[in-house]
Amino acid sequence: MTDSGEPQATAPEPGDEGASFFRDLTGVGLDWRAAVLVPVLAVITALIASMLVIALTDLDALKMWGSDPGGALSATWASIWGAYKALFVGSVGSLRAVSETLVQATPLIFAGLSVAIGFRAGLFNIGGQGQLLVGAMFSVWVGFSIHLPVYLHLPLAILAGAVGGAIWGAIPGLLRARTGAHEVITTIMMNFIALRLVDYYLKTSWFQAEGRDDPVSRAIDVSAHMPRLFGFLERSDVRVHIGILLAFAAAYGVYWLLFKTTLGYEFRAVGLNPHGARYAGMSVTWLIVGVMAVAGALAGLAGSDRVLGVLYRAQPGFAGTIGFDAIALALLGRSHPWGVVAAGLLFGALRAGGQQMQVSTDISLDLILVIQALVVVFIAAPALIRAIYRVKTGREAERPTTGWST
Amino acid sequence: MVDVTAATASVMRTPAEIRRSRRLGITYLVLAGFVLWVFGVGSVGDGSAAFKLVRPTDRFKDFPDLVLPAAGMAFVISAALAALGGIQLTRGFKKLSNVILAVASVLFILAFLGWAAAGSSFSLVGMLDESVKRSVPIGMGAMAGVMCERVAVINIAIEGMLLGGAFVAAVVGSQFGSYWALAGATLTGVALAWVLAVLAVRYRVDQIIVGVVINVFVLGLTSFISQRILNQNPHLNNAVLLRPIKIPLLGDIPFFGQILFQQNIFVFTMFILVGVLTYGLFHTKWGLRSRAVGEHPKAADTLGVNVYRYRYVNVMMGGAIAGFGGAFYIQGSVGRFDENMTAGKGFVGLAAMIFGRWHPIGAVAAALVFGFADGLQGKLAILQTPIPSEFLAMAPYLATIIVVAGVVGTARPPAADGQPYVKE
Repeated sequence: MTDSGEPQATAPEPGDEGASFFRDLTGVGLDWRAAVLVPVLAVITALIASMLVIALTDLDALKMWGSDPGGALSATWASIWGAYKALFVGSVGSLRAVSETLVQATPLIFAGLSVAIGFRAGLFNIGGQGQLLVGAMFSVWVGFSIHLPVYLHLPLAILAGAVGGAIWGAIPGLLRARTGAHEVITTIMMNFIALRLVDYYLKTSWFQAEGRDDPVSRAIDVSAHMPRLFGFLERSDVRVHIGILLAFAAAYGVYWLLFKTTLGYEFRAVGLNPHGARYAGMSVTWLIVGVMAVAGALAGLAGSDRVLGVLYRAQPGFAGTIGFDAIALALLGRSHPWGVVAAGLLFGALRAGGQQMQVSTDISLDLILVIQALVVVFIAAPALIRAIYRVKTGREAERPTTGWST
Repeated sequence: MVDVTAATASVMRTPAEIRRSRRLGITYLVLAGFVLWVFGVGSVGDGSAAFKLVRPTDRFKDFPDLVLPAAGMAFVISAALAALGGIQLTRGFKKLSNVILAVASVLFILAFLGWAAAGSSFSLVGMLDESVKRSVPIGMGAMAGVMCERVAVINIAIEGMLLGGAFVAAVVGSQFGSYWALAGATLTGVALAWVLAVLAVRYRVDQIIVGVVINVFVLGLTSFISQRILNQNPHLNNAVLLRPIKIPLLGDIPFFGQILFQQNIFVFTMFILVGVLTYGLFHTKWGLRSRAVGEHPKAADTLGVNVYRYRYVNVMMGGAIAGFGGAFYIQGSVGRFDENMTAGKGFVGLAAMIFGRWHPIGAVAAALVFGFADGLQGKLAILQTPIPSEFLAMAPYLATIIVVAGVVGTARPPAADGQPYVKE
């Protein structure tokens, strides 16, 4: 899990010791404490802090504190216990729960890899949401408009998602490389443009399902559906499909690309020191475009998985907040493919459990967003973790590299 | 991006400027052709467009409509655009080129409205009134961004500050009345900005990450509380609207009075703040020091300016502005909180700030334009134009990409933007 040994051995020497904070934060060259201890403690702290959120929003229990403190305490405890029990049961408590965890984790892993590969190259890809939407729409279109046997149709539909995402990701990359327009600004804007485009296309006769007034796309052919892993059980509620295997494969692919190929070496070199990379004869322009295209393709695959593996069509809000969860996830996973897989499974479990929690208690799924935000705060400010737990948190931060000026 | 001062620009033009000038000229010519073909030739025979300039409830309600022949107007505007393009290509407008860009945009929009409203009547006053209202959260967010980024703290959390302000305004407003709600919303913005400042200035956490985190946190927390508490207790989410204030005499001016002088407190605050911030940032000691902290913190520190304090104070003032702007959604608009009701307007504010080149006047001008696009969107359906409203909704985002990419105009952030300062 730690990548302190191997990648550092191959990575170029950093030009100066500054700029290391962004790398620390995003996971390049960490010791084991920063790579494992901080994330684990961050998750635990966030889960505890969220208990406080539940307690403080339980109005009935809060009213009892004055008259009956004991009763208030037990009522508060009951609602916290109920919520966390539902989180646990809903994520790993049964075959269906584990399946849901994997279903939720799949797009998160893809999107997390997308953000992580950007971080490794010193780029902040906030555009995962837009790339995901465009990729999904490409997949949907191939899914319903072309009729082919499954062994051609499914790969083609998945590929279309990757291509769509890559296009949407390459545009900010190109703008960054050619004009210096900061990718954070352009990817944010591209997200909103993609959102409006989807709104528009879902209402055109091209995409909209026949006989429907609401913005829902045509249904994807069965030949482009991702097959379910436990289809032989004949259980419609066990939805885990080959997408999760593809996500694991993608994680290995990103690992291989980043750490075993020349191209990956160059990606990381650009991230560590763009001037040095240019001096070494690398084409920084095309590397940036390439990184953003690969990142976009991964986010596009997240979209493909949503539509080809779960929904079988596109409808408003089908992307949820995956593109934004992915940022938290990449930070938690320290931008290492294995870390992203672990963080993706955790966030998937939180999502799956959160749905159970929403059904069986009066606590809404939005609590998951609070937990995720708190996790990132503790990851990003290890000083807080250090202050709470009195542990060493690894090398200390220097300064970040991101800013609008390029 | 080539950066030259105004003085040298008037003497000698750099290759980048010449390229930009050429691109602008070609853009004007293309617009002229578009207006001529689509709005001019395309609308011949459709008659005139009647623009209503007053409302039936106004004092001078008999003020005549502005009636313009759609095709004729399009031909005139097309000629004007072509002339602008020609001058731009041959000798350029030098310092005035941004003003000319704005003029060209207005001309184009006029031609479009004439074409869209041809053969019917259209309440121009209603639309512009709506535009100004819709520009408030964008403009307040943009000015919050200006406050933060002028001291080199990137604020992506504008969205979260607006949303947090709206939430608190709804709850406090339902319980204690509108003015407490405004105070509460403002303080919420300050509190969120304080978090941003502590993490960004003291702990030197990457500012973009802090911004993203604050946005997610506020979205999650407000949605969570909304579902858990507000849904079961509707009396906690039922705030009173603030009525528009009519300024005596000025409010009675036909057309302009309605748009500018019969508005609620949020609109007035926005326009007052533009003046205050512009004066403050560019004509006072505080402003000079703030800008120095944003451009060259080390130099500012050497001269005895407390960089950290300036960053803390200005970021929190920015938060106050954004939080107050968030209250607009409640006291200035609908009176109740809905989950994610800001719907990305904070990011449009960010876009307006960039579009307005980190200047309060530019930022609010851009916000007004984006508000106009927003207002126009709602009217497109009524006008039965073939243009999908989604494309208008994209306009602010597209415009921002075009600006940051330097295709038309350049946008240069404060030099130290995003860089934490380490005192030696």
